[in-house]
Amino acid sequence: MDFLTSVFVTPFVEIWQSPFFFLELVLVGLSTGVLYSLVALGFVLIFKASGMFNFAQGAMVLFAALTLVGLMENGLPLWAALIVTMGVMVALAFVVERLMLRHLVNQEGLILFMATIGLNFILEGTGQLMWGSDVKRLEVGIPDKPFNLGPILLNTFDVTAALIGALLVIALAVFFQKTAMGRALRAVADDHQAALSVGIPLKTIWIAVWTIAGIVALVAGIVWGAKSGVQFSLSLIALKALPVLILGGFTSVPGAIIGGLIIGVGEKVAEGFWGPAFGGAIENWFAYMLALAFLVFRPQGLFGEKIIERV
Amino acid sequence: MSGVATERATQMPEGATQSQTGRKIGDVIMKVDGVSLSFGGVRALDNVSFDVREHEILAIIGPNGAGKSSMLNCINGFYHPQEGSIYYKGKRRDTAKTYEAAEEGIARTFQNIALFKGMSTLDNIMTGRSLKMKKNFLWQALYFGPALKEELEHRAKAEAVIDFLEIEAIRKTPVGRLPYGLQKRVELGRALAAEPDVLLLDEPMAGMNHEEKEDMVRYILDVNDEFGTTIVLIEHDMSVVMDISDRVVVLDYGKKLAEGTPDEVKRNQAVIDAYLGVSHE
Amino acid sequence: MFYREAGQFKTTYRDDQAVFPILQDRIAVLAIVVLAYLVPLVANEYWLQAVLIQFLVFALMAIGLNLLMGYAGQVSLGTGAFAAVGAYACYKLTTNIEGMNVIVAILLSGGFAAAVGILFGLPSLRIKGFYLAVATLAAQFFILWLFNKVGWFYNDNPSGTITAPPRDFLGVQISGPRATPEARYWTCLTFLVVFAWFAKNLVRGRIGRAWMAIRDMDIAAEIIGIRPLETKLLAFAISSFYCGVAGALMVFCWLGSAETEAFDLFTVSFRVLFMIIIGGLGSIGGSILGAAFIVLVPIFLTNFPPMVGIEISTALQKHLEEIIFGVMIVLFLIVEPEGFARLWQILREKLRKWPFPY
Repeated sequence: MDFLTSVFVTPFVEIWQSPFFFLELVLVGLSTGVLYSLVALGFVLIFKASGMFNFAQGAMVLFAALTLVGLMENGLPLWAALIVTMGVMVALAFVVERLMLRHLVNQEGLILFMATIGLNFILEGTGQLMWGSDVKRLEVGIPDKPFNLGPILLNTFDVTAALIGALLVIALAVFFQKTAMGRALRAVADDHQAALSVGIPLKTIWIAVWTIAGIVALVAGIVWGAKSGVQFSLSLIALKALPVLILGGFTSVPGAIIGGLIIGVGEKVAEGFWGPAFGGAIENWFAYMLALAFLVFRPQGLFGEKIIERV
Repeated sequence: MSGVATERATQMPEGATQSQTGRKIGDVIMKVDGVSLSFGGVRALDNVSFDVREHEILAIIGPNGAGKSSMLNCINGFYHPQEGSIYYKGKRRDTAKTYEAAEEGIARTFQNIALFKGMSTLDNIMTGRSLKMKKNFLWQALYFGPALKEELEHRAKAEAVIDFLEIEAIRKTPVGRLPYGLQKRVELGRALAAEPDVLLLDEPMAGMNHEEKEDMVRYILDVNDEFGTTIVLIEHDMSVVMDISDRVVVLDYGKKLAEGTPDEVKRNQAVIDAYLGVSHE
Repeated sequence: MFYREAGQFKTTYRDDQAVFPILQDRIAVLAIVVLAYLVPLVANEYWLQAVLIQFLVFALMAIGLNLLMGYAGQVSLGTGAFAAVGAYACYKLTTNIEGMNVIVAILLSGGFAAAVGILFGLPSLRIKGFYLAVATLAAQFFILWLFNKVGWFYNDNPSGTITAPPRDFLGVQISGPRATPEARYWTCLTFLVVFAWFAKNLVRGRIGRAWMAIRDMDIAAEIIGIRPLETKLLAFAISSFYCGVAGALMVFCWLGSAETEAFDLFTVSFRVLFMIIIGGLGSIGGSILGAAFIVLVPIFLTNFPPMVGIEISTALQKHLEEIIFGVMIVLFLIVEPEGFARLWQILREKLRKWPFPY
């Protein structure tokens, strides 16, 4: 009985009683959410373009961040390190296309997914091999100062991260909807062989997409890394991105954003107000349970496409 | 495609007619009534009504995109029409679950072959016997005993189908490796293995050469002849349709243009305009 | 030349259906099983404890996951969670119920795992592929959190670990500190042999075909009368049963005691996934080969460099392991997506003709 009240009654009462705490949680959640969205974006890009779910996206975030920090630790100034790291991500895209994607044309989704799990391990191992596996500090000059917006406590870092995320997303949305390459990417997402047969250069497309995903990973890596240090757990974000994609729909850029924000806010609020009823740490699984609920009632997510099967 | 039985269908009292193969046609067992089906904005079927009579061979013809496969999918319960109804053996078919169609004795082949590519010919045909095999997983895990007995029983039946379709040589081949024509034959085998009352065939002869078509026609006629299976057949080859069907339904843009004997349909002006054309001799 | 099957005609369907229709196969498998039972006579304790028992436990789990993923085509990343259910259930059964026979407890734990598997398999009717993987991930995270948080599961032990109590079967200690590695090895081996045989029986009959039909083309399967929900849930149930039993064996016969970390995503779920990819989806024998491979690689990496005089730090070794795993996975998927099982088939084809080229 106690338990039931603490789940269905008390949290709402508390929200009512301490609205500012609630709002703060929401805002913190939004800023985490933006970061989730950034990572989820990388997934959506690759899924849209190659129909595969790139489990290695998280490892790419880690790899990009590690490379950046590693270069900076070795004396390179920020701007130089950024350029070199971007170059590295482009090179990575080439390598992945040449050695992996090319040989897996038109394999079914599960095989591609598992290949990216393999890639995930390779990137994690290599990144840590090259730059070490201890936590690293990342200074990119984003101010980290708390300030007050009326009665609410905010942080310049979170706001900046949100802005960066928003800019990136708008750029990508425009790219997909308005450019010829964006169209070609959507064709490839539908059917590799059909796209090939109308002359779309699969190889170029894939390199382009993985490069973009790599740069998105870099941005995400910078923001995450600056916030909580560059470390192994960064790659586990990939797992968090899954519920985001379920909510938003695997093929939707706005879906990735909204999904990320919902998960970010949902986690924080759930932990803050419902956590005590469960003994805490429900953040670990809240996102997945929410995703599960979506899967049962609305599998295509908020913005994804409903697939009609024909026989 | 000449030389097949040329007896005409003769009109007899309501429902009972003599078919081309001399078989007596029975009463109406399936009634499609005012069926309309839409996908988003596309109207696949528009107020289609026709009957299917027991033991007959009914052909559904029409240009591509006319809604023929959609019609079969509605009968299977895979698509649910927004309007209208389908009654089979007195029960509602269109609102029932997909797998219940098989339980009611309806078997099906598909336009784009729907074989289980990871399994052999024999296994595919054995899946057709699934409904008839009852032993639960505990017996199956043990294998020896009732499960084995059941397996062998149904293996024999499956082998009979394999024998009938003359595909013994490929029984252990994974179907993904078979040429197109043989795959279609295996698919027919899987449908036959279920010992159905009604057989829905979706372009069973598409992409076949002349010999293969002759074989398929022979199988279809044999099945109808020996077992009295009702056959609903979607087909584009007009000579086949005209030769073996008892009755024909013509669809175009989701609407029914005509329903009747092959001769009646051949002479129907709307059908000629839409689909058949006139031969210039 | 030795491997020709010429002259081995099957005159009854019964013979044709046999698990090992070729006589050489039958002899070989029998020999392997007999040898397997004799291994403890020559193996030292390190090999038994660190390698072989682990291999047996994971082989069983790999078979379980392969039934679900390879045969029934349902993606699952929750293997660790189901194994954990088996382990914790067995722990509770043996510690809470007086006189509970440990083998019975293990089997019952499998049952609990099966029930949980059915629960988390319910979404499989509406979702497929990696959408389903997310649902199983939910299971993975939630169940482990549950076993961590709720003290009842580990008898409120302050360290949070569960320790297998000493139990014997037919007078021989098979769990607890006094159980010999040999006894534990034989227990696990027997479970593996028996359940592998059950699995082989399942997949060559009606249920195996139903699973493969759902895997290959679920719509067509439904149209010919195979009920998708029942078939999928049965796959989840049986697969989770296997994983649960393996999980119980993991704690009782291999590790002795464990925490939830022993069952987490990377330690178990992904590892078993790799086993069946490398071993071959849709192959019982492949599952066993894959398990052997994945268990052996770290052992190899630990023991080989010192043998050739190279010193590698544990951190470095771990990273190398990761890279090698990743490369092997990608390589296998490119070269032979059907894994060791297919390679084995190809080898047998060659054996048939050996020493002739064609």
